[in-house]
Amino acid sequence: MAEISKEQVKHVANLARLAVTEEEVEMFTQQLGDIINYAELLNELDTTDVKPTTHVLDLKNVMRKDEPREWITKDEAMKNAPDQANGQFRVPSILE
Amino acid sequence: MSLFDFTLKELQEKLHNKEITVSDLVEASYDRIKEVDGEVKAFITLNEEAAKQQAKELDEKLGAEASILYGMPIGIKDNIVTKGLRTTCASQILDNLTDPLYDATVIQKLENEQTVTIGKLNMDEFAMGSSTENSSYADTRNPWNTDYVPGGSSGGSAAAVAAGEVFFSLGSDTGGSIRQPAAFCGVVGLKPTYGLVSRFGLVAFASSLDQIGPITRTVEDNAHLLQAIVGHDQMDSTSANVEIPNYSEALQQDVKGLRIAVPKEYLSEGVDPEVKEAVLAALKKYEELGATWEEVSLPHSKYAVAAYYLLASSEASANLARFDGIRYGKRTEKRVDMIDMFKESRAEGFGYEVKRRIMLGTFALSSGYYDAYYKKAQKVRTLIKEDFEKIFADYDVVIGPTTPTPAYKVGEKIDDPLTMYTDDVLTTPVNLAGLPGISIPCGFSSAGLPIGLQIIGKHFDEAMIYRTAYAFEQATDFHTKRPNLGGGQ
Repeated sequence: MAEISKEQVKHVANLARLAVTEEEVEMFTQQLGDIINYAELLNELDTTDVKPTTHVLDLKNVMRKDEPREWITKDEAMKNAPDQANGQFRVPSILE
Repeated sequence: MSLFDFTLKELQEKLHNKEITVSDLVEASYDRIKEVDGEVKAFITLNEEAAKQQAKELDEKLGAEASILYGMPIGIKDNIVTKGLRTTCASQILDNLTDPLYDATVIQKLENEQTVTIGKLNMDEFAMGSSTENSSYADTRNPWNTDYVPGGSSGGSAAAVAAGEVFFSLGSDTGGSIRQPAAFCGVVGLKPTYGLVSRFGLVAFASSLDQIGPITRTVEDNAHLLQAIVGHDQMDSTSANVEIPNYSEALQQDVKGLRIAVPKEYLSEGVDPEVKEAVLAALKKYEELGATWEEVSLPHSKYAVAAYYLLASSEASANLARFDGIRYGKRTEKRVDMIDMFKESRAEGFGYEVKRRIMLGTFALSSGYYDAYYKKAQKVRTLIKEDFEKIFADYDVVIGPTTPTPAYKVGEKIDDPLTMYTDDVLTTPVNLAGLPGISIPCGFSSAGLPIGLQIIGKHFDEAMIYRTAYAFEQATDFHTKRPNLGGGQ
C-alpha cells in the first residue's frame, strides 16, 4: 500500500512551483494517495523484460535545415507580456 | 427542415445553385447560438464581427472550383491557437490571452479551405477532464437533456454540433476527449492516428498522446473535415510523413467480408446493460450487412487507465511548466519575489484538476519514484500496444462501446476524481497505442440519452474506420435524430 505524506505533497508542490494552502495540502494528500493506490494495480504485471514505449510511431531524430524564416517579430512577442520594459520581459528582482 | 439537417456536400450544392449564401449559413449559426447557447453554454468566445465580414467576402468571390468546406461555419476547441482570436484553454491563467500571435497548422489549413470560424468552444481546463465541468468559465450542458454533462474534454465541440450551433467542429483527444463527448452528445467524433494531424498550435497536454480531430453530424462530413486537416508538417516533428488516401472514396455502403473483433473486456461488468444491448444490436446489424464478428481478448485493458493517468500527468507536468507569468498569461498581483511569483501566479491561474495532475505527474517523475511509476507505466503501454497488434493481425477493426455508460448528471461525479478517471477505460487504450478511433451514434438509453459505438482501426487506416462507420450509419437512422432544444430544430 503506497502512502503519500503531507510533507511529500508540499515537496512536490514546491517542485511544481505551485503555492498551496494547508487545506489544499490535506486535500491533495488524500486524492493523490487514492490515485497512487489505484496505480499500484500495475504491479500485478511482471514487466522485467518489457521495453518501455515513449512514442508509438517508429520515428527517429527528425532533422530539418536550420534556415531563417519569417516568424513573429520582437514587438509581437512582447505584446502579451504582463510586465515589460525597454523591449524586455520584466520580472521581480532575483538578487537582494 | 433547417440548414443544419443538410450535409456539407448538400450545402455546397445549395451555395452554387444560389439557393443560399455563406452569409445565410453564418447568420443561421449565430441565430441558433443566440437561441440556445444560454442553456447549452458551448462557447467561450464568439468571432461574430469578423465571421460576418468574412462571409460577405466569400459570397462575392465564390467560384466554381470552391472546396467542399467553402464558407462552412466551424467551431474550434479553445486549446487550438487562433491568431488574433482569444485562446484560453478554459483556464484563468490564459483568460487575458486575447491576441494570440499565430495560427495552429490546422487553422491555416482550414483557412485554405475558406471555412468560417464562428467561435472558440468550451472544454475542461487544458483538456483535463471528462465532463467539461473543469472549465473555469461555465458547465457546458448536454443538448439532449441540459441536466446532463456533454462529456469532455471537448464538451463544447460536441455540444455545439449536437445543438445545431455550428455545422462541424474541431476537438482534441488525449484519452477519449473527442470520442467520449461525441458519444454523450450523439454525434460523430474521430481521433486520428497519432501523427496524422499536426499538433503545432494545439496547446500541449500530453504530447505523446494528443491528437486534433473532427466532430460532425455525419460520417461523410467527418471524412471531408479530416481530409482538410491531415498531412505532414515541419512544425511538428512527431508529424508522420505518410501517403494520404482520399477518405471519401472509403464511403461505400459495403462491409461484406469485414472482420470485426469485439474485445470481451469492452462488454464486461461495469458496462451499462443498455449500452451493451445497443452495441450487440449494432453487431447484429453488421452481420446483416455481411460482416463477421468474433469475441477476442485485450488482456491488458484493465491497466490502461492507471498507465494513462501516470503518463499523461507526467507529460502535463512538464508541458504546463511554460505557464510562468512572464511572457504571456496571468501574473499574480501580489508583490513577491521571483520564485513566489511563479508559485502564486500558477496557484491563482490553474483550477484544481489541473493542479492535481501537475502534482501527480511531478510526483511520478520525481527522484525515487520515476522507475516505480513513470517507467512502469511506459512498459505497460508497450503491453497494451502489443495487445492491439496481435488482434489486428487477424481482424480489420475492433468494435465496442465508446463509454461504459451514457451521460450522467452535472455534479454527479465531479467530487470523485478517481471514478471519473476509471470511466475512461474504453478510450484510453486507443491513445496509448496511438491508434485511430471513431464514435458514432448507435442508440438511445431509456432516459433518451445517446449511446456511442466505438470503431478502432489500424495505424493510419482511417479509411477502414470510415467505411465501417458509414455502412452502419446508412443502414440506421440514429444520426438523423435531433435533440429537442430551443423549440426544436
